[in-house]
Amino acid sequence: MTSLERLVYMLNQIATNLATDPDPVTAIAEHVQLFWDPRMKQMILESDREGLCPAAAAAVQRLAQAHASA
Amino acid sequence: MTYQPQKDFGTPASGSNDLVTCTIDGRHVTVPAGTSVMRAAAEQGTSIPKLCATDNMKSFGSCRLCLVEIDGRRGTPASCTTPVEPGMVVHTQTPHLQKLRKGVMELYISDHPLDCLTCAANGDCELQDQAGAVGLRDVRYEVQSTHLGQEKDHSNPYFDFDPSKCIACSRCIRACDEVQGTLALTMEGRGWDSKISAGLASDNFLGSECVSCGACVQACPTATLVEKKVVEIGTPERSVVTTCAYCGVGCTFRAEMRGEQLVRMVPYKDGKANRGHSCVKGRFAWGYAQHKERILKPMIRKSINDPWREVEWDEAFAYTASELKRISDSYGRHALGGITSSRCTNEETFLVQKLVRAGFGNNNVDTCARVCHSPTGYGLKTTFGTSAGTQDFDSVEECDVILIIGANPTDGHPVFASRMKRRLRGQDGRPPAKLIVIDPRRTDIVRSPHIEAEHHLPLRPGTNVAVLTAMAHVIVSEGLANEAFIKERCDWDEYRHWAEFVTQPRNSPESLQPVTLVDAEELRAAARLYATGGNGAIYYGLGVTEHSQGSSTVMAIANLAMATGNIGKRGVGVNPLRGQNNVQGACDMGSFPHELSGYRHISDGDARKLFESDWGVALDPEPGLRIPNMLDAAVDGVFKGLYVQGEDILHSDPNTKHVSAGLAAMECVIVHDLFLNETANYAHIFLPGSTFLEKNGTFTNAERRIQPVRKVMTPLNGLEDWEVTQRLAQAMGLDWNYTHPSEIMDEIARLTPTFAGVSFSRLDEEGSLQWPVNDAAPDGSPIMHVDGFVRGRGKFVVTDYVPTDEKTGPRFPLLLTTGRILSHYNVGAQTRRTENVAWHPEDLLEIHPVDAEDRGIKSGDWVKLASRAGETTLRATVTDRVAPGVVYTTFHHAVTQANVVTTDYSDWATNCPEYKVTAVQISPSNGPTDWQEEYEALSERARRIATEVPAE
Repeated sequence: MTSLERLVYMLNQIATNLATDPDPVTAIAEHVQLFWDPRMKQMILESDREGLCPAAAAAVQRLAQAHASA
Repeated sequence: MTYQPQKDFGTPASGSNDLVTCTIDGRHVTVPAGTSVMRAAAEQGTSIPKLCATDNMKSFGSCRLCLVEIDGRRGTPASCTTPVEPGMVVHTQTPHLQKLRKGVMELYISDHPLDCLTCAANGDCELQDQAGAVGLRDVRYEVQSTHLGQEKDHSNPYFDFDPSKCIACSRCIRACDEVQGTLALTMEGRGWDSKISAGLASDNFLGSECVSCGACVQACPTATLVEKKVVEIGTPERSVVTTCAYCGVGCTFRAEMRGEQLVRMVPYKDGKANRGHSCVKGRFAWGYAQHKERILKPMIRKSINDPWREVEWDEAFAYTASELKRISDSYGRHALGGITSSRCTNEETFLVQKLVRAGFGNNNVDTCARVCHSPTGYGLKTTFGTSAGTQDFDSVEECDVILIIGANPTDGHPVFASRMKRRLRGQDGRPPAKLIVIDPRRTDIVRSPHIEAEHHLPLRPGTNVAVLTAMAHVIVSEGLANEAFIKERCDWDEYRHWAEFVTQPRNSPESLQPVTLVDAEELRAAARLYATGGNGAIYYGLGVTEHSQGSSTVMAIANLAMATGNIGKRGVGVNPLRGQNNVQGACDMGSFPHELSGYRHISDGDARKLFESDWGVALDPEPGLRIPNMLDAAVDGVFKGLYVQGEDILHSDPNTKHVSAGLAAMECVIVHDLFLNETANYAHIFLPGSTFLEKNGTFTNAERRIQPVRKVMTPLNGLEDWEVTQRLAQAMGLDWNYTHPSEIMDEIARLTPTFAGVSFSRLDEEGSLQWPVNDAAPDGSPIMHVDGFVRGRGKFVVTDYVPTDEKTGPRFPLLLTTGRILSHYNVGAQTRRTENVAWHPEDLLEIHPVDAEDRGIKSGDWVKLASRAGETTLRATVTDRVAPGVVYTTFHHAVTQANVVTTDYSDWATNCPEYKVTAVQISPSNGPTDWQEEYEALSERARRIATEVPAE
């Protein structure tokens, strides 16, 4: 597993476990924001996001927007 | 001051609040009702002669020495069994009593060897003291038949048993029964033939079920049971109170010394975690501190293929600092990181994370809690608002129902397990607490002397969340939830949302039985018992956290406790049993990459500012890398330098091959440890560490208790660990000038609101303090969330069961789960270098008879244990403690390296590895795997130390 594949796996795992949250996309984005180091965030933001489940992909999109506006 | 044993009051303290005044030898004494005459006398400084009484067990009344006279009473009652009464007038010394006692003592001595001058207990013998106290001057009896001249039992590696010196007082038997709860000892024969026996008549101490906790040795009033070290060295001459460096129970000991030589560790009766008890590790297994393999000089090498070169400290620091600077300059500051140790003190841990944040200039700091209790941090912070257990250990005395999940306290936390077992046996006239055990294995506590779990739910490994959700289903759907508590303390909407989820038919015990393999009726009964049985307390361990849903399981546990109102008072709560001595402390001290000390997120500007102004540096607001992320980044070529204090990640972290690939990709691995551990095979710089006996500081145990660690001898390597980190920081140009760890604690207190009231002087006064210690709780906090949750309202979190991706299949049909054993501690770096190997010389694979028979495996056979990650070999033991389909082993021995087979799967929230579930296959084997052979060769090569060639 490459590092990026591992990040995709981790993100999908986070999404699966936060699926029952009232607002999963926000919860996933917040989790990544709080616990991932800058390089991990950058890698997932710069990736083609292939293999991400819909909620995880939406969370990455949310992070990308926040990143762009920051 | 010369050596004094701790004062013995003869009988236990009475818990009564009513006071009684009586007169003893003409002096008035006021004591709690129920106090024995013996103890009342001791409290006023009168020591009534005694032999069979000691204050950590019930009075027995057999030695006939503690007789007293009481006005208005006939005869001479035993003071140990007679409670004081108001107005009672007691005489402890009269001519009549003197005559009686002398007569009794004469009988004892008529059957006791008179080799006092050469006896190991000379000067520390109660029989000798009492013979003196009663004025015995000669023995008139010419005894024909005695019990002298019997063979000694030297089988236990730490203590000897000499039956000839036994006075049959039964203190050892009662200690094993009442204090330890193992009931290994018994009295065999009668009269002259009376003899203490360990286990069956055919057993010796080592071969019996004795767990070598030392309670009997401590209880023995003669030299019948005596430490081998005392035999070898002599009696101690002074003592220092300190804290054990093994598990998270945090026992207080008296280190009893002769000069700088440690003679023995004796559990301290005033220790609030252990109340005078100990286990084989803390009591006896400290020989590693002087082990010949300990490295005492710093060493460096350019390449891990080179032999080590010993250098002086100055050169080591200068070289280390220059390497770290070189890496930072060429790869950027994010290429460096550090790992703090749960075995080191709070002060040392705080300095390592400070070095990373302030010196390396990033937040790439993590700690071994990553691989054990990081889900506890996440789960309890989310639900309750703080990352810690809710109770003190004393709280177990008020439990009515004890629920143990994923913990094996009799092996992992033996001293607390003894207290738990005492409650489960129901002493002092109180009915016993009931026990529920949720564990794939039938751990010892499920069925042990006088204890039988009401319910044992042997779940399939990896289905904790499903089992807890099913329990919640029963509690809510059967109307057993404590709605008044929930409405008052928790967020009601979140509760409704959660209750709706758990009551779905798919979450019923019946629906989940095919997944969990737990009998639905049994699960329902267990849930009802927890909800309605009175004070319910949950104790859990790494069987909860080390899963892909570790954090979810912690939150599911918190949900259950909140739903039943089992929070905020004595006897209840959510209690993580911490693995290492200072896991709690390492987490408290800001060792995680995303938070500062006291669990404040690094993105919290106010918290960061506090540190920035104190330290005079700017801090990175972004979280850093966790250990597994560091290894990934290393393999990617962007993470190059790592400072590891007191952790052996190559041995303890999962998927050994991945860890070694990460380490091999780094340019500067600094290992700061006592021994050349497995990680050091990949290290470029070795900084020798100091043991807990050689330094000052504090450890924080599983009940948030901050306890002093006191230096009893000079560090063999020359520096305490905090000094090593400070010297390294200074070499890197940081202006650190601590002269004592107390100054580091002052800084921690200054920067951490929950530690505001903590200082070394305060700890010296109080013995220990449980955080939070601040204006709101100046004397600390034994129980948390008393008037409300730290986060405000308790948060119910929906935890949906998600099966792990580690699946069994035709190639790997069995599930491996791992754990530890009483005699060893984690990777075994310490305990393997002690006589504890007598009990556990190798890791064994537990396998069910059915699975063993299918594969043609017998107990003692070598087997290959293979998973998708790797393979190793070890010997099998066939047992029905494990269910069919489940195998189990420990990870204490480097030669087995159980983590070669564990996988990269980890907890979704914290990356805590999934040690507890690995799909494996077992097959008969002839010998070590290729990996084991290659690794052994590498270890040998990597551990070479260049011998100095003398200059001509």
